[in-house]
Amino acid sequence: MIRSIKHQIKTWGLTELFKGLSVTGKYLFKKKITVRYPEEKTPLSPRFRGHHALRRYENGEERCIACKLCEAVCPANAITIESEEREDGTRRTTQYDIDMFKCIYCGFCEEACPVDAIVETRVFEYEFQERGPHIRTKEDLLAFGDKYEEQIAADRAADAKYR
Amino acid sequence: MFDSLQAFLSSFLYDWLAILITLVLQAVAVILPIMLVVAWLTYAERKVIGYMQVRMGPNRVGPIGLLQPIADALKLMTKEVIFPAQSNRYLFILAPILAIAPAVAVWAVIPFSEGVVVTDLNAGILYVLAVSSILVYGTVVAGWASNSKYAFLGALRGSAQKISYEIAMGFALVTVLMIAGSMNLTEIVNGQQGGVWNWYLLPLLPMFFVYFISGLAETNRTPFDVIEGEAEIVAGFHVDYSGMTFGVFMLAEYAMMILISFMTSIMFLGGWLSPFEGIPVLESLFAWVPQLAWLSIKVAFLLFVFLWLRATFPRYRYDQLMRLGWKVLIPLTIVWVFVVGAMKYFSFGPWFN
Amino acid sequence: MTFEQFIFYLLAAIAAVSGLMMITVKNPVKAALWLVLAFISTAGVWITAQAEFLGLVLILVYVGAVMVLFLFVVMMLDINMAVLKEGFTKYLPLGAMAALAIFALMYMVLGPEHFGLDVTGTPDVKAADFSNTEAIAVPLYTVHVYAFVLAAVLLLVGIVAAIALTLRRRPTTEVLYQNIDKQVKTLAADRFRMVKMDAVKEQPIVEAGEEDKK
Repeated sequence: MIRSIKHQIKTWGLTELFKGLSVTGKYLFKKKITVRYPEEKTPLSPRFRGHHALRRYENGEERCIACKLCEAVCPANAITIESEEREDGTRRTTQYDIDMFKCIYCGFCEEACPVDAIVETRVFEYEFQERGPHIRTKEDLLAFGDKYEEQIAADRAADAKYR
Repeated sequence: MFDSLQAFLSSFLYDWLAILITLVLQAVAVILPIMLVVAWLTYAERKVIGYMQVRMGPNRVGPIGLLQPIADALKLMTKEVIFPAQSNRYLFILAPILAIAPAVAVWAVIPFSEGVVVTDLNAGILYVLAVSSILVYGTVVAGWASNSKYAFLGALRGSAQKISYEIAMGFALVTVLMIAGSMNLTEIVNGQQGGVWNWYLLPLLPMFFVYFISGLAETNRTPFDVIEGEAEIVAGFHVDYSGMTFGVFMLAEYAMMILISFMTSIMFLGGWLSPFEGIPVLESLFAWVPQLAWLSIKVAFLLFVFLWLRATFPRYRYDQLMRLGWKVLIPLTIVWVFVVGAMKYFSFGPWFN
Repeated sequence: MTFEQFIFYLLAAIAAVSGLMMITVKNPVKAALWLVLAFISTAGVWITAQAEFLGLVLILVYVGAVMVLFLFVVMMLDINMAVLKEGFTKYLPLGAMAALAIFALMYMVLGPEHFGLDVTGTPDVKAADFSNTEAIAVPLYTVHVYAFVLAAVLLLVGIVAAIALTLRRRPTTEVLYQNIDKQVKTLAADRFRMVKMDAVKEQPIVEAGEEDKK
């Protein structure tokens, strides 16, 4: 009996509706968590997997030895490698293409690489306006690595103890 | 003002032409501000819902996004209006017109402050009820003319829902009529003079809620927007509309929202009357505030409640919605009609004298 | 021509044309929409004749409710016009005769000799604040109160009959009904019991094979 009266008061007093309204009402004044993207950016992990880059040793020699492990491990078949013997007798790539449309940014290539040649950088703000440039050639990737070497090296150093 | 304009015009024009010009000017003077309010109401809606979801809402176009409605309008106007191949061309175009025309025409009898009204119609409430009942045709015709299953389902749901809630709405209005003894909106407001406790809000508190809830259903706002039901029937009656034809439907919906807020504040919240009437110090302190400002504050609050409800409640299922309309709201209003009758018989409170 | 006359002739013309369209147009939905237009323009004529209450109620009841229900039904019809037109010529003489008879009857009752200013007298123009509503309400609730109540009862009987015809409860094996009142009244305590249990330290699971080794 008392329970039924209580229920009636609750129903006709629209208690639950007001409870719901008070929740949203509270959130109206909460601090907003939106990140206004181009001006503000969220912090990125050193493990962030963005645009690829090919690294060089400090003496300027390219790291990649054309072992094709990355090509083999790539789940999306995005990497194409052709290799040849260079005049000094070492094996080097003549072609190292990454199809950025196929790439799923899984990071397997980076993990497979025995010499830390192919890496994924923090850069994620890039776009292609036509077909063609989306296939990143060896020159593109090496230039990219040169440009961001400092950042890449710092990221590898920060993450080294967990590897 | 318009009378003198008409007199001035008829001094050198045909009489009927003078009347026509004055009428058009009067209509523009009312419709233009309403349309501007509608534009920025869409902005307010996105902002308020955004804030309640801990987001920021639109903040790119202009300072804090204030020019967003203009950008939206430009986008809608430059987009192509697509006609579905199997649609009924004339009715397809007629539907948005049927939606917007009543939503605009209702404003003819809404008083904005003492004496500021296009036509001070005796049967003002009845006019509002009658004209807003035509609004259904926009939905129904749109749904039928699109020749699409989704649109058709939306139209069917919409027509049934609006008819059901119109009854509850009408009964809520009947209680207001009983208490005010007049169908003239200006007289209804004047009947509430003498401070907050003289407003019809107190004796008609359940009716206030019933009217507002029916208003939500009439304007197809959440939680009663089964007519659009994007999860089930894509967008309901306006799936096939694009560009400005779609924009017109939106205009009509928001104009009706504003209308419901106006009607609620006029009938239950004392319209343009100051809430400080009869309180010694405060009354004189706030005497400078124009009547329109008080009305605007009340309307703005009710509009905020519209948005607040949309940010809070999930959509009703169709049968639950019908149950609420027929089994809860209508019996409640009928009971309250008798309660108000009893109150009137015993001259209860300051409302019946 | 005064402004009122202009409005009157405009509305009357719209009403006449839309009435004609309503009976000639093939598509039933369009016919219903023409009828709506006829109602609205008629309401306009009534309002110009200072019967604003009747005009608005016409819109509210017929346009806002009855015609919507009509449309509701008509929209879902799938009419084959060819079947409907079968035997048109066969029934034409009979139909024409019936139409003529109805027209003659209507002419006798509603012909021009019964109307016009010399028959009804010039209607007196009421003041702007004349309450049309009250003028209708007072005789309705005093002189004609029994007829009014009787009409209300008749409508109520109609509602009850319609509900009684359509109301059926199918067995719960076919359809599951939802008792919303019961659902709403349910408390957490009715469905859910908290059981107090002592904290027990979990034993490591020893597989059967390993036990054999020991």
